[in-house]
Amino acid sequence: MNRTKIALSLTAALALIPMTSSAGTLENVVKKGELNCGVSTGIPGFSATNSKGVWEGIDVDFCKAIASAVLGNADKVKYIPLTAKERFTALQSGEIDVLVRSSTWTSSRDTSLGLNFAGVNYYDGQGFLINKKLGISSAKELDGATFCIQAGTTTELNLTDYFKSQKMEYKAVTYDTSGQTIDGFKKGRCDAVTSDASQLYGLRLKMDDPNSVMVLPEIISKEPLGPVVRQGDDDWFNVVRWSLFAVLEAEELGITMANVDAQMKSDNPSVKRLLGTSGDAGASLGLDAKWAYNMIKQVGNYGEMFDRNVGKDSPLNIDRGLNKLWNQGGLMYPMPIR
Amino acid sequence: MSNPPNTPTSSVSFFNNPKNRAIIFQVLALGFVVFLAYYFANNMFANIEARGIETGFSFLDQVAGFGISQTLVAYDDGSSTYSRVFLVGVLNTLLVSGIAIFFTTILGLLIGIGRLSNNFLVAKLSMVYVETFRNIPILLQILFWYNVVLAALPSPRQSLSYFGEYFLNNRGFLMPRPIMEDNSGYILAALILACIGVFFLARWAIKRHDDTGEEFPIFTVGGAIILLAPVLVYFVAGQPISSEIPELKGFNFKGGWVIIPELLALAFALSIYTATYIAEAVRAGIESVPKGQKEAANSLGLKEHVILRKVILPQALRVIIPPVINQYLNLVKNSSLATAIGYPEIVTLFSGTTLNQVGQAIEIILMTMAVYLLFSIVISLLLNWINAKMEIKGR
Repeated sequence: MNRTKIALSLTAALALIPMTSSAGTLENVVKKGELNCGVSTGIPGFSATNSKGVWEGIDVDFCKAIASAVLGNADKVKYIPLTAKERFTALQSGEIDVLVRSSTWTSSRDTSLGLNFAGVNYYDGQGFLINKKLGISSAKELDGATFCIQAGTTTELNLTDYFKSQKMEYKAVTYDTSGQTIDGFKKGRCDAVTSDASQLYGLRLKMDDPNSVMVLPEIISKEPLGPVVRQGDDDWFNVVRWSLFAVLEAEELGITMANVDAQMKSDNPSVKRLLGTSGDAGASLGLDAKWAYNMIKQVGNYGEMFDRNVGKDSPLNIDRGLNKLWNQGGLMYPMPIR
Repeated sequence: MSNPPNTPTSSVSFFNNPKNRAIIFQVLALGFVVFLAYYFANNMFANIEARGIETGFSFLDQVAGFGISQTLVAYDDGSSTYSRVFLVGVLNTLLVSGIAIFFTTILGLLIGIGRLSNNFLVAKLSMVYVETFRNIPILLQILFWYNVVLAALPSPRQSLSYFGEYFLNNRGFLMPRPIMEDNSGYILAALILACIGVFFLARWAIKRHDDTGEEFPIFTVGGAIILLAPVLVYFVAGQPISSEIPELKGFNFKGGWVIIPELLALAFALSIYTATYIAEAVRAGIESVPKGQKEAANSLGLKEHVILRKVILPQALRVIIPPVINQYLNLVKNSSLATAIGYPEIVTLFSGTTLNQVGQAIEIILMTMAVYLLFSIVISLLLNWINAKMEIKGR
């Protein structure tokens, strides 16, 4: 099994590598000429392969953004699909350089796994997907229900918390991948699927008849999803964190894939600093001066990524809600680049 | 090797003595292996520490906080710890392995004997069975049976109901849960006493058979005693066991005992698959018994089933048991494939969910491996002991 393989390779890697510290992730990525990006085994809108076998999604776009910032080419990414259970071990063992896999930022993950969350690229919350045949309209009516869940997620823990606090009972059937989870639901093994709300919209589209199921209005948890890197490699951490801020800043400044070339001639000092026509933001990250230009030119700004993959231009059509920029009523707030 | 082995030790130098050399090289080799193991372990822990990953087993005392679909011991998803999750996983592995070993043994024995049957249909059907199920990967079979179970069974509201107390639907097989009241201890006591009584009765019957050759129907009589004694006490003690009948509440059943579909599918698939190998072992064992034995028994006028039970099988078992041990071990290890259908055994629960929540891969994988190692050693020892008892005693 893949998981055992990863665990063994972690053991082997940790046992065999000499104790002297190895080169940083940034140098390694540049040397390899390729970014190893850990993604999901198939969450529509976030990371999934399309009918041509090409990876797509907002998480995939962020992998591409990092690759264009570091290597100048959005296609220099190797996608490594991981189940929820495998993801952190794969990052710890060095099999991947960055994990962009709808991973919830929690204190225990941040402190005890030897990993750091570099930011939040999607503010999510846990919801419920039910069959309309159940005839209920609120999560409060779910007493006694059986849930299909994906193993190794914060979802499993939140579900317990919610039902305890509501003094209700539930049963959980835990599957390995999201594919198995939705399959169990389709076959009637459980009454409802619970997961991050964003994923539920994607799972709904995978049903034979999407109109036979519905997402309940309740959101029972906070799920800030973000990219994760190994702890103790600050240079790489900075690259990932500021790549995220840069695509957000680009949206705030109105720089898009289409107009970025024109914007290179802009007189706006913020734009100039972001695009590298003035200042040394790129150099101090250890990157090319046109790092942000490459990202925006090849992948687009955050808003474009969102709309294309999960928002209004995608079949999921999820409202931007909390993921709007701070000055439009959302939570996305890029730190200033100067 | 210039010295012949019988050279007196006093005449050669210490290092040229082959005995001393052998010891020196073995000590050196052992020392090297130990050093390597120590070096790797030390290096690993240093690297883990350098990366800020937590180590140690203190996570076992943390509250787990997730739900499990089948628990044989008390488990509360809000307050039970990871060590309890570990126990739940171990027990669930034991449960499915135990059930599957029981059924696969019976099925394998029947099919194995069936392959040697004189009846054309029985022999060919047994052969088709073995060739079909032995040649399909076990993972596919597990997935297949799981999907069959889920697809064939109705939803809770359309449950198949038997006697109004047993229900079958795609959430599992539900049955009444016995509730022990006062005085119910007597029933258990009666059962234990009956078993002890039958044990001594059987010893007496064997002794009498050895001495006089007279037969005693120990299976019928013993079975009746073990069955009837508790029933009798149950009524004498005033029917102290009541039952909690599963009830449809909302959109699910509440109360009662549930056999979840994952357990059904997994136990079924493992039994069906392993039985093919056991059948082949049984066939090999029976064919290894010389033809003369059967002919001799025939000429004594023994009935077919007596020949099988008293002449063929005791001799065949010596050949059957060693490969069957292997199959039992395989079955236990194959039960870890449950992770594909979400049956909560040790791999799913512990090196799956727990590993991800805690993130200490090395400790958790080590513990999981230790569990399988322990299971395998126990099964091996047990069956080796049985094998030793079955061996031909030198007379």
